[in-house]
Amino acid sequence: MNAPNASGWRPEMGEAGAILPATVSGDHGLNLEEKLIFELAAPGTYGVDFDDADVAPAPALGKFLRKAAPALPGLTEPEVVRHYTRLSRQNYAIDLGPFPLGSCTMKHNPRLNEKVARMAGFADVHPLQPTQTVQGALKVITQLADWLMALTGMPAVAMTPKAGAHGELCGLLCIRAALTARGEERPVVLVPESAHGTNPATAAFAGFRVENIPATEDGRVDVAALTARLGPDIAGVMITNPNTCGLFERDLKTISDAVHAAGGYVYCDGANFNAIVGKVRPGDLGVDAMHINLHKTFSTPHGGGGPGSGPVVLSAALAPFAPLPFATLDADGVAHLVEEGDAHDHGHPNSFGRMTAFHGQMGMFTRALTYILSHGADGLRQVSEDAVLNANYILRELEDVLDAPFAAYGPCMHEALFSDNGMAEGFSTLDIAKGLIDEGFHPMTVYFPLVVHGAMLVEPTETESKAGTDRLIASLRSLAERGRAGDVTLKSAPHYTPRRRVDETLAARKPKLVWKD
Amino acid sequence: MRYLPLTPADRATMLARIGVDNIDALFCDVPAEALQAGPIAGLPAHASEMAVERHMGRLAGENLSAGAAPFFLGAGAYKHHIPASVDHLIQRGEFLTAYTPYQPEIAQGTLQVLFEFQTQVARLLGTDIANASLYDGSTACWEAIAMAHRVTKRKKSILTGGLHPHYVATAQTMARFTDDVLVAQAPVLSGDAEDGAIIAAIDGETSAVVVQYPDILGRIPDLAAIAAAAQAHGALLIAVVTEPVALGLLEAPGALGADIVVGEGQSLGVGLQFGGPYLGLFGCREKFLRQIPGRLCGETLDAEGRRSFVLTLSTREQHIRREKATSNICTNSGLCALAFSIHMSLLGGAGLERLARINHGKAQALAAAVATVPGVSVLNDAYFNEFTVILPKDAREVVDALAERDILGGVPLGRLYAETPALANGLLLTATECTSDEDIAALVAALKEVL
Repeated sequence: MNAPNASGWRPEMGEAGAILPATVSGDHGLNLEEKLIFELAAPGTYGVDFDDADVAPAPALGKFLRKAAPALPGLTEPEVVRHYTRLSRQNYAIDLGPFPLGSCTMKHNPRLNEKVARMAGFADVHPLQPTQTVQGALKVITQLADWLMALTGMPAVAMTPKAGAHGELCGLLCIRAALTARGEERPVVLVPESAHGTNPATAAFAGFRVENIPATEDGRVDVAALTARLGPDIAGVMITNPNTCGLFERDLKTISDAVHAAGGYVYCDGANFNAIVGKVRPGDLGVDAMHINLHKTFSTPHGGGGPGSGPVVLSAALAPFAPLPFATLDADGVAHLVEEGDAHDHGHPNSFGRMTAFHGQMGMFTRALTYILSHGADGLRQVSEDAVLNANYILRELEDVLDAPFAAYGPCMHEALFSDNGMAEGFSTLDIAKGLIDEGFHPMTVYFPLVVHGAMLVEPTETESKAGTDRLIASLRSLAERGRAGDVTLKSAPHYTPRRRVDETLAARKPKLVWKD
Repeated sequence: MRYLPLTPADRATMLARIGVDNIDALFCDVPAEALQAGPIAGLPAHASEMAVERHMGRLAGENLSAGAAPFFLGAGAYKHHIPASVDHLIQRGEFLTAYTPYQPEIAQGTLQVLFEFQTQVARLLGTDIANASLYDGSTACWEAIAMAHRVTKRKKSILTGGLHPHYVATAQTMARFTDDVLVAQAPVLSGDAEDGAIIAAIDGETSAVVVQYPDILGRIPDLAAIAAAAQAHGALLIAVVTEPVALGLLEAPGALGADIVVGEGQSLGVGLQFGGPYLGLFGCREKFLRQIPGRLCGETLDAEGRRSFVLTLSTREQHIRREKATSNICTNSGLCALAFSIHMSLLGGAGLERLARINHGKAQALAAAVATVPGVSVLNDAYFNEFTVILPKDAREVVDALAERDILGGVPLGRLYAETPALANGLLLTATECTSDEDIAALVAALKEVL
């Protein structure tokens, strides 16, 4: 055990910090302990100065005046700035280093996008202003829509879905509405085993019954099993392409033709569109609907979990059912917002309705359009080529130390898939992931897709340099060697973090979701 | 190509290491007829930072921003002052560019913010617990109806006439696909909310009653009475708050008996943004814990016994339960929740109350001023910062005429209720702390000209 390895890791690099003295503050230099705002605040304090405005002496609130102010802690501005700055330093972020997260795609977030999104003409306009006062905002929507249609080879796009999963819902509701218009009841949607969990959840939310389709040995949809199941009860299929094993579904056109011949529709989960943008148009492969996660392909920031944005491109068959509202540009260059009142007049009488209050994630549209214009058609093509190149480079550099179950079945696309096969007894993917944190990287996607035991999905993206990718490879190689050798220090990783392994079971067994005095 | 670090030499080295001659060899699984030979036709090539900024600046310049004109719009999106420190802090790269906090050891910053946010939201709404946010108020409203269906095993929900019509439309869209039955009442311009009619409609089949507080016309419904009536029939009361600043002065819906309280959090820290991203608030009674949609952050301990935070109860979620999940949502409005939480930390309860008093005072001044315009009458007796006025002619025409004078003069009810002619002359007016006496004077003068 604990033998030195080829990457330079030595046994004495194991457990750290065992003899550190305690401090009264809990702080260790820049290793910060931050109290909750509820523990920092003094009653009645606040950090906003108000104008000495008239405050009406007699409120016109009926009988509903509250008896006491809400029990919320207030802090002064310097306390707030320190609290959140200190908290921010306990986060890993793409500005600090790579997130090699397969199927989640974390790439550099250009600050020009942020600057543009904050222009008053975009950030400070109301969704219900008269349309003649928001022509520029509406043109942002139509320009972005035009790019999305051209890049996907699809004739229509619904811009309002507020995230990828909301986009899936939009696509399936279009399918439901199209079937209803045809007078058909088709209760079943087919979903491959390797699909994102959102796919079956969305199909169920849209009122369909979900049936699984198995994967083949080479990590793709089993075409024979899928076509055998087609019939008059099948509304459609949901396929991810490139798929969650990192591979291109080379039979997608064949599948689409078979599904269409059987009267169904093809939904494509476009989460991994970043690997083919500018190279492949999903419309050419027979797709009827596909959502595009703007943060994944077009670099809008992830923000610690959101907000997202999930426009959905649609085939001619599904376009008539797209949701309201939507923006159009008339021949004379005037932008128009089509809502419930004038959908008929604009030739869109069959919309399935509205799926959110306003026009979608405008703040994400401005960022995505800025990014698209910066790259242009040539740059976007380079984006997908570099992303695919980086992923295949990682696959080739690591396949001798990490099991790569699909490496023999063709190049990977945006992400390289490995498994924990070959690790010492008791060592798993989780140990590699937590060890990667100590190496200064965010862990890769772990235990997904479910079709591979102990899966590790590594996606570098196009914004990593060769030198940076080589550092990631060196770290993964070292960790693989330690996992194979059964290095016990890996079991207690991470060591160099604000918190050691966090007890997730306790949190679920005794849920504590709010702070109490 | 300033975002792409690989050099041509890097690419050649890497292709050689992989063992292929050219990049298209890596796209060999794409059918040849589907692979584009060059960049996709009809789209322009890349542009410099300066050129892109100029283009986007021109588009931004085609909009009349709320801060550049007397501004009186509300109806679910509100213009409030955002302290400079809010935007500064959310732009810190460690927040802005962080991933979903699935690796808690290196995401305690985001996780602690979410735990604080959940506590702030629960206290503001008067509920036991709250989640870590949803997309926006309208989708949160549907999620509440769907949750009431799961809790009560009943499918019929009553949507009151005062509920935002876009929230009604969103719920109706979803209900068509889930076999829920929504009884959507029509809005009426008859003084204060018709709480009696709502109560009379509740029966033993009712899953939930959905009441907006204050409602779309600015009226303040009697939540306690409706809650009692709903609960007497085994139904839930869902309260919808589109203007959380109102809760600085109005009793919290949870304290008045609401079982689920949802809201739009845009007012605090988020900004107008032409409709999104916004922030869905969701709080409820603790007994519904395992039926909540969306993400939850919980307190726990790390291996050394220190207080830590982690995403929890994921057995409700789509990545575990797949088609049996409580919702298909797999994200939240994380950055908007952060902005809300920072703004709320700056305000505290005392600051929120002060802000609410100023809002209400401005609205009273606005109501008194427009009531002096010949032909204009104020509908509401009680209101917070928005109210409805009845004009002598179609309000859409009036608002367009005001826009020609660079005044953004409220939301015409005809825009929200295109198919209800009886509401065409109604205009929803809103005032906030941003509304000046000069703005009010300008509106009154312009109304006198255009009416």
